[in-house]
Amino acid sequence: MKISENINESGSTVDMLINMGPQHPSTHGVFRLVLQLDGELIVDAEPHIGYLHRGSEKLCETESYSQVVTLFDRLDYVANLNSELAYCMAVEKLLELQIPDRAWYIRTILCELNRISSHMLFYGVYGLDVGAMTPVLYGFRERERIQSLFEQVTGARMMHNYIRIGGVKEDTPPEFNENLHAVVLELEKAIEECDELLTQNEAFLARTKNISCLTIEDAIDFGVTGPILRSTGLVEDVRISEPYGIYDRFDFGIPIGSTGDCWDRYYIRMQEMRESLSIIKQAIKQMEPGEVQAKMRRIVRPPKGECFVRTESPRGDLGVFLVSDGSQNPYRVKVRAPSFANLQAIKHMLEGVYVADAVVILGSLDIVLGEVDR
Amino acid sequence: MEMNQDKYSDLTKGYDQDSDKRGNIPAESVFEEVLPNVIAAKSNELFALARKSSLWTLSFGLACCAIEMMSAHMSHHDIDRFGIVTWPSPRQSDVMIVAGTVVKKMADPIKRLYEQMPEPKWVIAMGACATNGGPYYRSYSVVMGVDHLIPVDVYVPGCPPRPEALMYGIMELQDKISSDAKNRANLISKKHLNNEN
Amino acid sequence: MEDQANKTTALNAASQKLLGILPSILNQPTLQYRTNIDELTVNLPGDLVHTICKILKTHTDTAFDYLTCLSVVDYEDILEINYHLFSYTKRHKMVLKCELKSTDPTISSISNIWRAANWFEREAHDLFGVLFEDHPSLDRLLLPDDFEGNPGLKSYPLHEYKEW
Repeated sequence: MKISENINESGSTVDMLINMGPQHPSTHGVFRLVLQLDGELIVDAEPHIGYLHRGSEKLCETESYSQVVTLFDRLDYVANLNSELAYCMAVEKLLELQIPDRAWYIRTILCELNRISSHMLFYGVYGLDVGAMTPVLYGFRERERIQSLFEQVTGARMMHNYIRIGGVKEDTPPEFNENLHAVVLELEKAIEECDELLTQNEAFLARTKNISCLTIEDAIDFGVTGPILRSTGLVEDVRISEPYGIYDRFDFGIPIGSTGDCWDRYYIRMQEMRESLSIIKQAIKQMEPGEVQAKMRRIVRPPKGECFVRTESPRGDLGVFLVSDGSQNPYRVKVRAPSFANLQAIKHMLEGVYVADAVVILGSLDIVLGEVDR
Repeated sequence: MEMNQDKYSDLTKGYDQDSDKRGNIPAESVFEEVLPNVIAAKSNELFALARKSSLWTLSFGLACCAIEMMSAHMSHHDIDRFGIVTWPSPRQSDVMIVAGTVVKKMADPIKRLYEQMPEPKWVIAMGACATNGGPYYRSYSVVMGVDHLIPVDVYVPGCPPRPEALMYGIMELQDKISSDAKNRANLISKKHLNNEN
Repeated sequence: MEDQANKTTALNAASQKLLGILPSILNQPTLQYRTNIDELTVNLPGDLVHTICKILKTHTDTAFDYLTCLSVVDYEDILEINYHLFSYTKRHKMVLKCELKSTDPTISSISNIWRAANWFEREAHDLFGVLFEDHPSLDRLLLPDDFEGNPGLKSYPLHEYKEW
């Protein structure tokens, strides 16, 4: 009788290949991972991406400058406003446009709210990845609150197309401030509730503590950014180190981790939500009525040239490289997607860990495939 | 019991006739009472009732629409009310919700997943991309609608559709399932008559 | 307001300092250093890219440890490769540019200097057909294996838009 297919004639074990995805509930989209296993241990992992490659960068070249914003909405579809902001900032940098203060405050408030909603999605889905069913219900409850606020302001739940070149589409509705206050108060409570629910849970700690520790050198070398880089202990946030917009007017901290394990990555996001709330509260206090759109020509035609803009999206360092040839359409748009660079490191992270941890590690990266594949 | 026995002794009595005018049309029953305490139903209609009341969807998020599909499943919208359960394996699923852009690299896996689902099976194309390519109409790598690959029953428009729109799409699919069963029954009985003649 | 405008269009202090020391570190008299908005930009010939990148990463005064972005721009007859570099320790940034003939787009890979370059180079190979020598595995990354052509190039056609 044959004992096992995985044992060869000489008695030693043969590596087994396991295909994970592209349709897999824990891959957060369409992502394929081929794992080579020696028993329970992962020997090698080969990530395959491109199952959502929509050719956005090429399509940008055929649209006019103001139409491209809609394509950026759909790149990072969990934090849409943050991607819109990166693109608009790139065009404004070429145009050397001065954006009115109120527009910047609205942008900042909405982007920080979007950061919270993105991290809430991470919180819920990470709970599912680890095996907890309840957090996802709480996470989506808070997301729904934020999305309905977005709907009041921008008119859409997800694809806002609200941040425009030179400002925002229109001023906030009169009831916005009141509703924002209510949402902030509710979020404050909800973040504490979510924190209590999962963070110190013993099973959660056992699944995530000391799993896939990443060193600072490796993280930087792989181009890893955002919460994963900060979890290794490096203090780096584009909002503070190279402040764009009005981020230099706020007082907020950068949460960092110490070991770079999965729990640190999770907990940094929980703390970031608190920091975002504090930014929103400061912004509400400072915000004054005024113009929301800079005076500019209706047809956007930046001068010939190129620029690179870095912003801090919930996933990390979102860069836009924009080349203009002086016509109505961008000549080239390159998106430096944070998830793309973060996902590169997964091959390194998965080597030598147990196969049961693969999903936990992948979940902790919080990738959005729309951004990875573009 | 607190319940008013007289009121509920005859169930047709409590039925509010005005509700028809307000648009609350009660669902057509597949059952008919043939004898006292005996109800009969056509088998395929009965099966259709069972099928449409418990649709298991293949949890298959492709892109942006998947986030709204997840919202529909979660606490606020709670699509479970309609008997919709999301299921990770195609082998036990009835409905495939294609939520997002279908690109050429993903075309073969989608076909394969569809083939792995047991009959009877239905497909909902959720969002503009799955319907006809949507904003990526001119792209070199996008399939112009999932109906180039697999047959689609219900198209849900929107970019992305709201969870409510997805719910409406699912209710349309439920209507389709029951009306298909009824039409098929009519077809079979007609055939039967023709053969006799 | 004017103050702010000046701030965004000039090199920051760290990059200014870099501009001062860079010629002596690189020791290549033919190179031209120029400023583009807020970035120090250097045009390199293709055969120098690998050596200069190695110096920029390992030298203690430059210490470019982070490859932010690698992108390709297609100017019909030349392909321009842009390397955006950033240093976490020194807080300066710069852009390296390298122009390749589109008939023979070959350049040495820098994935053995920054591991981050691995996927960026694969993507550039996939979409633009740039050949990176000594790259560990230059397969298609985003497109299916049987895809023909390099869709990132300007010469690659898009679908015609039909009005309904």
